[in-house]
Amino acid sequence: MDFIGAYTPGNLSYLLKGLLVTLEVAVISIVLSFIIGSLLGVLRYAKIPLLSKVIAVLVETIRNLPLLLILFFTFFALPEVGIKLEIVTAAIAGLTLFESAMIAEIVRGGLVSIGKGQIEAGRSSGLSYTQTMWHIILPQALKRMIPPLVSQFISLLKDTSLAVVITLPELLHNARGIYNGGNYKIVFPILLLTAIIYFLINYSLSLLARALEKRLDTDRKQGTGLRKIRQNQKQSRPIPESF
Amino acid sequence: MKQFKKWFVFAMVLTLVMALLAGCGGDKKEKSGGSAIDKIKKRGKLVVGVKYDTNLFGYKDPKTGDITGLDIDIAKALAKKLLGDEKKIELKEVTSKTRIPMLNNGDIDMIIATMTISEERKKEVDFSDVYFKAGQSLLVKKGSPIKGVNDLKGKKVLAVKGSTSVVNIKEKAPDAEVLEFENYAEAFTALKAGKGDALTTDNSILYGMAAQDPNYELVGGTFTDEPYGIAIKKGDKKTVKYVNDFLKELKDSGELQKIKDKWIKE
Amino acid sequence: MDFSILTDNFDTYMTGFFNTIKISLIGLVCSFILGAIVAVFRIAPLRILNFIGACFVEFIRNIPLILIAFFFYNGLVAFHINLSGFVAGTMALTIYTASFIAEAIRAGIQSVDKGQMEAARSSGLTYIQTMGYIILPQAIKIVIPPLGNQFLNLVKNSSILGVFAGLDLMYYADSIHEKTFDTFNTYIFVGVFYLVLTIPLSLLVGYLERRLAKTE
Repeated sequence: MDFIGAYTPGNLSYLLKGLLVTLEVAVISIVLSFIIGSLLGVLRYAKIPLLSKVIAVLVETIRNLPLLLILFFTFFALPEVGIKLEIVTAAIAGLTLFESAMIAEIVRGGLVSIGKGQIEAGRSSGLSYTQTMWHIILPQALKRMIPPLVSQFISLLKDTSLAVVITLPELLHNARGIYNGGNYKIVFPILLLTAIIYFLINYSLSLLARALEKRLDTDRKQGTGLRKIRQNQKQSRPIPESF
Repeated sequence: MKQFKKWFVFAMVLTLVMALLAGCGGDKKEKSGGSAIDKIKKRGKLVVGVKYDTNLFGYKDPKTGDITGLDIDIAKALAKKLLGDEKKIELKEVTSKTRIPMLNNGDIDMIIATMTISEERKKEVDFSDVYFKAGQSLLVKKGSPIKGVNDLKGKKVLAVKGSTSVVNIKEKAPDAEVLEFENYAEAFTALKAGKGDALTTDNSILYGMAAQDPNYELVGGTFTDEPYGIAIKKGDKKTVKYVNDFLKELKDSGELQKIKDKWIKE
Repeated sequence: MDFSILTDNFDTYMTGFFNTIKISLIGLVCSFILGAIVAVFRIAPLRILNFIGACFVEFIRNIPLILIAFFFYNGLVAFHINLSGFVAGTMALTIYTASFIAEAIRAGIQSVDKGQMEAARSSGLTYIQTMGYIILPQAIKIVIPPLGNQFLNLVKNSSILGVFAGLDLMYYADSIHEKTFDTFNTYIFVGVFYLVLTIPLSLLVGYLERRLAKTE
């Protein structure tokens, strides 16, 4: 192993360039998939005739496909049917498509977890369906969704590495570029450094998620009876944790 | 709660706008058909798909960021003829697997990336005249018992996805186990790691690998003809003619030979 | 859809499809065992084991799977360990999935009332006996739905083996693509094959979740 030969300034700055692409693609995809995913999740939950069914089928199909395949599709197959995307756009499109479906499920899971009783209570106290949603259900659900959402964002950041197959010049792509072009002795040091970079970013994100979770927990305890919330949680479909 | 409502409305509007933008963007690209030459001149820049991982032809040095090789020199010469300046060029990374989709996609104007002219590929893209003649060969570790394509029975042969060499080796050595990788560098890393007994592709590319690591050598001579051409979008006759004229000029002036001598020493 | 691609390359698709099933099954069993061990590590009454367990989970969960796979495939050669794409990929999948499974099991174990542990211990069972006979059987019921989700992810994630000659469905799809040049039709069938595996699994997970919600 050759750590000195691996961590030259040139190699390090090449890795840094890759990291910037990773962050750029991840941030844009996070924003887009959060918006689209919330919309799809709410629409699926709202049980609008036909539309909710169509969204359900779409979301379930995409969720059950490998992201790698979706990236292949946005980059290689869409041009054949007339939709043409640049590498970065294709990567963002593929990630957004997949993660939106995952987030839609988180949002729906969060909404379902609030329990029907509250809607009924809201309605019977004279609020309209939309009002009940705005003022009662959504604020509570949103709090509950934050931890799984953050872990989904961490997933997304990790998943950008799959775009190596469409030659997106992200962190792992550049890491491979360095060791493939050089001596075999630098493979391990370069992979190790790359892993540490990913770890530091994602671990800080997950610490953030945990801090948020804790704050929300105290909120709950101060709110209505703890027992009732436990009951609600048990009735709910657990929010799926993604990879 | 008003804030939440605002956020929601904002999200919906943004999504709509994005959908509209995406739609319009698609339309624009569709309309701009026509010859690549016109587009390049209008844009003032030539966009070429090249390899980043193939020593001597198209190689990006991670330390300096420079992309160099025979294919690159040809691309630069073309940019000089077209636009009067060899710097008016953008090089984009392609692999054997991604290059045809990228060309058809409009990401790149042409492919100059160790691309063999084959009947199969002619159905997908148009080719210029031949600018380099290679042949498929084998790269092995020095001292390997493999001396040629006939010694491959039961051996693991490494190759690259989407290259002609995969199809050829399956024909010439049907008893060998072929393992395919994303690009040449990846395949060479695998050979160095001992994941296979031999690496097969064009001799020109293999020379580049042997030059990087003297523990490896070419064996068995060549067993196919691999004429390299510049690939251009199907049906773009104007660009094909322009590129052919350019290659002829390059050859007649002796410039092509100079470029070849600069990179290929064998 | 062009079905001639499917019929012409049926054997190739099938080889990849069955390899993907094989990888998934091996990954399922191994990652469950490893995940359970790590989960017990994390809650064991020994600080050092807690620490090792936490390090494993936190480090693995926060790096991309494909990086772990490259580490097994290319990185281990530095230690004179040379694995094929199939083995390296399956190991990476196992370790990666195990880190998620460990967390799911830990949450399950911790949801079992603490009083049970004390009661069992005071009735003369050892810590390991209590875990094996009292706590784990109860925890398993709670963790089955999240485990199902992880298995679903495992099947989907196995597609990364195609990148380093791991002989899975994705790898063989690439080799079909080489001959056909028809990206859309080649990969649409790959999608169908994955859905054949994942949709029933996903329905099963949903069913288990609903049943669990009812019985509780």
